[in-house]
Amino acid sequence: MKRLRQLLPGGRQLVVGIPFVWLLLFFLLPFAIVLKISFSEAAVAIPPYTEIFTYVDQQLKILANLNNYVFLGQDELYLSAYLGSLKIAAIGTLLCLLIGYPMAYAIARASKEMQTVYLLLIMMPTWTAILIRVYAWMGILGNNGLLNGLLQGLGLIDEPLRILNTDLAVYIGVVYSYLPFMVLPLYANLVKHDPSLLEAAADLGAHPLASFWKITVPLSKNGIVAGCMLVFIPVVGEFVIPELLGGPETLMIGKVLWQEFFNNRDWPVAAALAVVMLAILLVPIILLNRNQAREMEGRL
Amino acid sequence: MRRPSFSSLMLWAGLLFIYLPMVILVIYSFNDSRLVTVWGGWSVRWYAGLLDNRQLLGALGRSLQIALCTAVAAVALGTLAAFVLTRIPRFRGRSLFGGLVTAPLVMPEVITGLSLLLLFVAMAQVVGWPAERGLTTIWIAHTTFCTSYVAVIVSARLRELDLSIEEAAMDLGARPWKVFLLITLPMIAPSLGAGGMLSFALSLDDLVLASFVSGPGATTLPMEIFSAVRLGVKPDINAVASLILLAVSLFTFLAWFFMRRGEARRRRALQQVHEDEQRQPSWQPAGQA
Repeated sequence: MKRLRQLLPGGRQLVVGIPFVWLLLFFLLPFAIVLKISFSEAAVAIPPYTEIFTYVDQQLKILANLNNYVFLGQDELYLSAYLGSLKIAAIGTLLCLLIGYPMAYAIARASKEMQTVYLLLIMMPTWTAILIRVYAWMGILGNNGLLNGLLQGLGLIDEPLRILNTDLAVYIGVVYSYLPFMVLPLYANLVKHDPSLLEAAADLGAHPLASFWKITVPLSKNGIVAGCMLVFIPVVGEFVIPELLGGPETLMIGKVLWQEFFNNRDWPVAAALAVVMLAILLVPIILLNRNQAREMEGRL
Repeated sequence: MRRPSFSSLMLWAGLLFIYLPMVILVIYSFNDSRLVTVWGGWSVRWYAGLLDNRQLLGALGRSLQIALCTAVAAVALGTLAAFVLTRIPRFRGRSLFGGLVTAPLVMPEVITGLSLLLLFVAMAQVVGWPAERGLTTIWIAHTTFCTSYVAVIVSARLRELDLSIEEAAMDLGARPWKVFLLITLPMIAPSLGAGGMLSFALSLDDLVLASFVSGPGATTLPMEIFSAVRLGVKPDINAVASLILLAVSLFTFLAWFFMRRGEARRRRALQQVHEDEQRQPSWQPAGQA
C-alpha cells in the first residue's frame, strides 16, 4: 500500500497537473501544430497537407516549405487584409476609448450603489450573445432598415443611406460589441484615484479640464493600456462583425482566414495566416500581460 | 437640479446605445409582417412557428447539452487553476502556467479554433481519437477557454480570502483536502456559481470555435442562426434571438445576484463577529455592558 502511494503522484502534483496538462494539450500543443502545418504543402489528401518530417534510411528529414509565407507576402489580398484589420482595430479602439472614458469616469464618480448597477448594466451585454447583438444591427442599418426609415420619415434624407455592408457598419459593430471591454478596466482604474489630488489642484487654481488632463489622465495610464489592448487584440481577428455588417470591400484577416480554410480548403495557407496574425499580436499581448502584472503588484 | 455633467450624459448615451438595438430586436420579433422592416401589427406567430422547426430545436438541444457539460468541467478545471495560481507559489513552469491560464482570454477566436481543429485532426491520425468531430470536440474547445474565465473570477476571490482561517485549520491538524472542502470551498462558492453560469452563457453563444471543431451533423444553435442570417434579417430568427437574449440576461443577472448576495452575507457575518467581540468580553454577563 505504501509503495503504491509512493508511485502515485502526490495531491499537490495532481492539483497542479490536471489544469496544466489540459492547457498544454489543448492550448499550447495546437499552436505547435499550426506552426508545423504552415510549413507544409497543400495536397489532395486527407488531411489536405503534406508531412514535413520524413524518416527514411535512418535519416530524419525536415522539409520546411516557406512557400506559404512567400505567397502571403506576394499576394496583395493578404497584405491588404492585414492592413485592413489593423486599421479597423486601431480606429475601433480609439472610438471605444473616446466613448468609454467619459462613461467609466461617470461610473467611478457615482454613488456606491449606483456603481454596482451601472457595472451590471455594462457587464451584462459582454456575457450575452455577441452574434445576436451584431445581428440586431442588420435590421437597423439596412437600406430599408429602421435608421433609414426614421431619417426619411423625419424628412432629413430623400435617398436611403447605404450603411450596412460598409466599413462604417463594421465600426459601429466593433464599438457596440467591445465598448464594455474598454469601460471595465478604465473604471477599475479610475475608481482607485484619490479625489484629494483634484481638490488640491482646484485649491491651487487649476481649471477642472487642466487638472483632468494633468492628473486624472496620466494616473489612469494602466487602465487605458489594458482597455485598448482588450479591444485591439480580439478585433484584429474578428470574424462575425465583418461577415454580417461589412461589405465586399471590408477586408479583415479573420474573415480571409475563414474563407481560406472553409472555402478554398487550403489548410497550410490558413495556418500561415494564423501564425503571422499571432506574430503581429505578440507585442500587444505582451504589453497587456506586463500591464496586468503591474496592476496586480500594485494591489498587493 | 444639478446640471448633468458631460461624463454622465455620455454614460446615459452609451447605455442607450448598448440597449436600444436589443430592445428594437425584441419588439420586431412580435411583428406580424413577413417583411422584417415593415410593421404589420403585433403577433406571436414567429414564436409559435419555432416549435415546429425541428432543425432549430435539435441545434438548441445540442447547444444546451454542450453548455451544461462545459460549465461543469470549466468550473472544476478553473477552480483548480485558480487554486494553483493563488496558493502554490513555487513549482516548475509556474510562469508558463500563469500565461497559459490567461492567454485564451485574449487570443482571437479564429486562431484558437483553427489550432484546435488541426490538433484534433493530428490526434485522429496518431492515436485514432477523435474519430469524428462533434459534441465532444466542441465541449473540449469550450471548456478550454471557459476555464480561463472561471480561473480569473475564482482567483480574484481566493486572493481576498483571509488565509489565517485556512492556516488555523491546518494547524489544528486538518489535511489539505479537508481544509479545501470544508473551509475554502464554501467561502468561494458564490464565485464558482458565477463562473459556471458565465461558462454556460459563453458556450451557448460561441460561433467561431464551434464552427471549426464541429463535424457534420453537430450544428449548434449559433451556427444555425449564423447560416440563416448571413444573407439578411429573418423574422423567425428575431424570435429565437429574443428568446436567447431573455434567457442569457436572466442567467447573467442571477449569476451577479448570487455573487452579490454571497458577498453581502459574508460581510454581515464578519461585521457581526466584530461587533460581538467589541461589545462584551465573554466573562461579562449579557445585559450589563
